[in-house]
Amino acid sequence: MTVLDIDQAGRVYGSGHLRVVALDSVSLRVGTGEFVAIMGPSGSGKSTLLRLAGGLDRPTSGRVLLAGTDLASLGEADLAKARRRDVGFVFQEANLLASLTAAENVALALELDGIKPRAAMAGARGLLDSLGLAAVAGRFPGQLSGGEQQRVAIARAVAGGRSLLLADEPTGALDALTGESVMALLRHRCATGCAVVLVTHNVRHAAWADRVVFLNDGRLAGEAGPAAGPECLLGTGQTR
Amino acid sequence: MSVRHSLLALLSAGPMHGYGLKTEFEAATGDVWPLNVGQVYTTLGRLERDRMVTAETEADGQKLYEITEAGRDELSRWFDTPVPREVIPRQELAIKLVFAMRSGVADVTAVVQRQRVATVRALQDVTRLKADAEAGGDVAWLLMLDALVFQAEAEVRWLDMCEARLARGNIAAGLAQRQTEIPAEQAAKRST
Repeated sequence: MTVLDIDQAGRVYGSGHLRVVALDSVSLRVGTGEFVAIMGPSGSGKSTLLRLAGGLDRPTSGRVLLAGTDLASLGEADLAKARRRDVGFVFQEANLLASLTAAENVALALELDGIKPRAAMAGARGLLDSLGLAAVAGRFPGQLSGGEQQRVAIARAVAGGRSLLLADEPTGALDALTGESVMALLRHRCATGCAVVLVTHNVRHAAWADRVVFLNDGRLAGEAGPAAGPECLLGTGQTR
Repeated sequence: MSVRHSLLALLSAGPMHGYGLKTEFEAATGDVWPLNVGQVYTTLGRLERDRMVTAETEADGQKLYEITEAGRDELSRWFDTPVPREVIPRQELAIKLVFAMRSGVADVTAVVQRQRVATVRALQDVTRLKADAEAGGDVAWLLMLDALVFQAEAEVRWLDMCEARLARGNIAAGLAQRQTEIPAEQAAKRST
């Protein structure tokens, strides 16, 4: 099933001689459980594409469909709802709340979804446990390493069964091995059916994805898809 | 390293003698890959046999080599095909780009992009093997895979750099042309 369908989306900023085409008719489809990485030089439109995908910005041409709904058909309030229901975001900084433990940070996201505090806390602990983070559940962000913080931030972003995780340079501040543990976690989420779109400059991390899409000057410049053979389906349990 | 294709690339600019090809080749590759003249003539002999070049004997007995249509097709095929990773004479890639630029018969940006896609695909394969190896806990095998990953990463980062340089070169060339056009336009305006 298609989670995200970006159909010939364009985004133009400014007008007249200050007109900047950030994205020029780009199409991208991401299916359930699929892991897609977006690469390209600075200013190639990667982050713009991610903002459109998450409904943080609207395209000036083309369409963005999230779980089958055209985001253009939604008003601001409904768009915010769709975003909260379907999309999780992870950025370079984990942005955890310092006065809450790891489990409480994750539980807070569930409480915002309307889940009662006790159930939210149980859900948060269960999720951290499934992600191999049980040992840090009771710790405060200040007591966690950068990699642990980022993994808790991913847990928070996918809590409540969100179907799409958008990650903008989540490994930018981490060393090579810690960065890999974050990639392994994203891969793991895909295996449970969550689609992931990762924006990165790091080709080693992009290589964890099923597909690597290259952007240049706001346009698609190429794609490295899955290799032939059964190993390309590793962990995703779907055919392409 | 493909001497054969490099010679075809040099000949795509016009007919040359064997010795000229040797010196041009070495100048183009910064003497990183010295060729002996025998190697050049052996390769030219095979190219002639395969009808990719023709040789015309001149009055002084020297042979002038010229590329054929079949030779041009073979050259395009080389530029259109990424270097397979298992063969990776790494310099073949560098040399392919050098000759893609010098010969002007290939879209260099497209050559860069095709190679990047091929290398990232290889990197994806190794990364999948790594995910398996991680689960199996075989550290020695992981180190080997890491080596392959970082080699491929280095190649992709170098390709990114090539692309950035090409883009900057294109912008600079565009500006230079604009600057020569503007005075001409102004002169044209003044004369009317």
